[in-house]
Amino acid sequence: MTAILEVEGISRSFGGVRAVDGVTLQLLPGEIVGLIGPNGAGKTTLVNLMTGVLRPSSGVVRFSGRDVTRQKPHQASQRGIARTFQIVQPFPEMTVLENVAAGALFAAKAPTIAAAKAQARRHIDFAGLGALAEQRASALTLPDRKRLELAKSIAMNPRVLLLDEVNAGLNSGEIDSALDLIRRISAQGVTILIIEHLMKVVFSLSHRILVLHHGALISEGTPDAVARDERVIEAYLGTRFAERQRRTGHG
Amino acid sequence: MMDRMPARDRIGFILVGLGAIAFALTPWIGGNYLVRFTTSTCLFITMALSWNFIGGYARYPSFATAAFFGLGAYAGAIAQTRGLAMPGAWLFAAVFTAIFAASLGSVILRLRGHYFAVGSFAIVEILRLGASSWHGLTGGGSGLNVPILPGGPDFASRVFLYSMLALALVTFAAAIWVDRSSLGFGLRCIRQNESAASMLGIDVDRLKIIAFVFSATFVGAGGAIYASWVSYIDPTDSFQILLTIKVPVMVLLGGAGTLFGPLIGVLAFQVLEERIWSSFLEIHSGVLGLVIVVLVFCLPGGLLAVPYRDMFGRLSFLRRETVP
Amino acid sequence: MIDLQVILNGVVLGGLYACVAVGFSLVWGVLNVINLLHGSLIVLGAYLAYLAFTALGLHPFLSLPLVATLLLAFGYLLQRHVLNHVMTEPVLVTLVLTFGLDLLLYNALVLGFTATPRRIVLDLGRIEIADVVLPVDRLAAMLLALALTGLLYCLLRGSRLGRAIVAVRMDRDAAILMGIRPRDVYAVTFGIGALMAGAAGCLIAVVFPFSPGLAETLLGKSFVVCVLGGLGTVPGALAGGLALGLIESVFGVWLGPQNASIIAFAVLLLVLLVRPAGLVGRAGFE
Repeated sequence: MTAILEVEGISRSFGGVRAVDGVTLQLLPGEIVGLIGPNGAGKTTLVNLMTGVLRPSSGVVRFSGRDVTRQKPHQASQRGIARTFQIVQPFPEMTVLENVAAGALFAAKAPTIAAAKAQARRHIDFAGLGALAEQRASALTLPDRKRLELAKSIAMNPRVLLLDEVNAGLNSGEIDSALDLIRRISAQGVTILIIEHLMKVVFSLSHRILVLHHGALISEGTPDAVARDERVIEAYLGTRFAERQRRTGHG
Repeated sequence: MMDRMPARDRIGFILVGLGAIAFALTPWIGGNYLVRFTTSTCLFITMALSWNFIGGYARYPSFATAAFFGLGAYAGAIAQTRGLAMPGAWLFAAVFTAIFAASLGSVILRLRGHYFAVGSFAIVEILRLGASSWHGLTGGGSGLNVPILPGGPDFASRVFLYSMLALALVTFAAAIWVDRSSLGFGLRCIRQNESAASMLGIDVDRLKIIAFVFSATFVGAGGAIYASWVSYIDPTDSFQILLTIKVPVMVLLGGAGTLFGPLIGVLAFQVLEERIWSSFLEIHSGVLGLVIVVLVFCLPGGLLAVPYRDMFGRLSFLRRETVP
Repeated sequence: MIDLQVILNGVVLGGLYACVAVGFSLVWGVLNVINLLHGSLIVLGAYLAYLAFTALGLHPFLSLPLVATLLLAFGYLLQRHVLNHVMTEPVLVTLVLTFGLDLLLYNALVLGFTATPRRIVLDLGRIEIADVVLPVDRLAAMLLALALTGLLYCLLRGSRLGRAIVAVRMDRDAAILMGIRPRDVYAVTFGIGALMAGAAGCLIAVVFPFSPGLAETLLGKSFVVCVLGGLGTVPGALAGGLALGLIESVFGVWLGPQNASIIAFAVLLLVLLVRPAGLVGRAGFE
């Protein structure tokens, strides 16, 4: 199976700091892949490189086999690569409906604004925001804004969805709702890459997990395998802890 | 489409239609002064509607209006002195200004906020100084004479009235189109969050340039018509700083980023200025300044955004948010 | 090669321009407000110095502290009670507001002093070294300008107030967390901007003939200095002022004063596009 989105040897530096260091990864169609790593590991930078927000200093980005390394963000969106932001970015003056319609109009190329709004209604209902369609985005609560963000990205008819810390700031119940929505999106055939800090979320959702540390991929595999991987333990909890783990024979 | 239009818009269009008819009838309603006043009002309407594309919908604070006006004036004037007939010269000026805006826009629209404002303003200065220096082409500081339209003053004043009115109507039609189209929608997204807009598939650079060209073309044509109208232009008159600031103020007065806001703003401003000129000649600038200050405080969204119903209950400026 | 006289003229001019622009630059850098009143404030300072000279016989260099203090108070009150209310509005609104206020001030100046150009003539002679001629009044004005600019630099670096101002410029939210009240800092900064404008006005009155119309020209120069040198810092204003002075002097001789202005604005545009932070500065607000 060919990857739908892949990066090969991708690197990006800021000044002297290597934010992303020679990362190679593939997203296969229909997967849910989790991307974890300590703060500052370079996860968001990686997503920015995949979506054309940043240019890599070296390496290639491919979408369905095509080289898209030099794409601009709007081109990535029109191709079918959607992403959400850690800090939600709605259009505050517009209603929920208009926000979602924007995605349908410009990325999914709906023929008219009216058609885009019709499509948007479906996506809004899918995301569970039906009652709030005419509300201004600035008036929404945080969990609803996160839903809006998801609804906007679905409206773009994406083939790949990159979720960046979509659960930050949500309580346990809200997280469960968000997870349910993500599972339903995946069921529609969308490939998902989810960046998360909450291990229980990422482990329960993902088919596969990638671990990023200091900009490099240090581990890759099923949730269980990654949880037991020494290098991962070391990255998160420190060398001494890993050392102790080894000596006491845990893991 | 007419029956799905909100009532407010329908009233607006009817009023615009009535207004256009009234303007067209001014040669028979009043004297020369009224005709001249109406002609320049039409010019301001064109400029306000144009500025609205880049400054209202996209909220890029452009001070380039005088640059486009002056460029159009000189392009039209020079074309006419070289033998081109009036309508041809006007069209030439419009196209020339559009091309200029497209090239300039591709470079200057990378700037944001204050820097964009300063950059756009610098263009006005550069063009003014350039026109002053380039004697051979523009007549330099002595200005340029444009052949007067034959047929007598009454005929001429009517020609220019109807030309400016037609231009204003064409610009308004363009504004209606932009407001309803995905271009307008996209500009509104850009205004609120440019990077999010880009992520949603909006080709931000392209839309901004298109808006900038829209903001220039009709203004350029207006400048050319103006040059033919007054028969003499010079750099200071054509690239006026006051003009380039007045136009955004007019739009802010009426309501930036809306379809009817610029119209209301121009009418209100013109009437105000007319009253001020006739009553306060010596302190004209000062009163204008005072009006602007009051406007900024009391009408943050322009006349269109005033919640007229609850205005009598509260004074909006007392609720204004201040710095901690 | 370009002769020494031209370069020296440029340097003297540059020193004056630095003083003219530094207040404008500070306000822009710290408050994120383009103060379109700035030119008129300078001219106001010039007129006050002129009045003191003609009515009281007070030497402009002596009336300078007085004029500066008056303008400090004026600026502080203006920001605190008028401008402060629109600090959260978009760029265009603050620009339009300061424009309106400038119209008011300009009209007042015209009414009060008429449009006749004035100048304070201090007959101090000239210095001639080698082939270079330097009028002493210009030299004195420039040295004073530099001294004042230097004083401002020390204030910003050395005093608590100065450091509060710099803190707000660098990171407003962090400054709030440190217990600094931006509202007070803004008012003082604007006041200092007006103070420097007034001081510059006193010096201008000695060097150039001035009238209300000069305000616009000085504002334009301040813009260019800011963009060339970078916002909100004294070294920036010095670098920008010097650059502008030299550009005007060199190109003025070569191409004529009008074309020199074109060059100056063209350089402004170029710098905006290539290095918006200016020669010396850090990236300012947008």
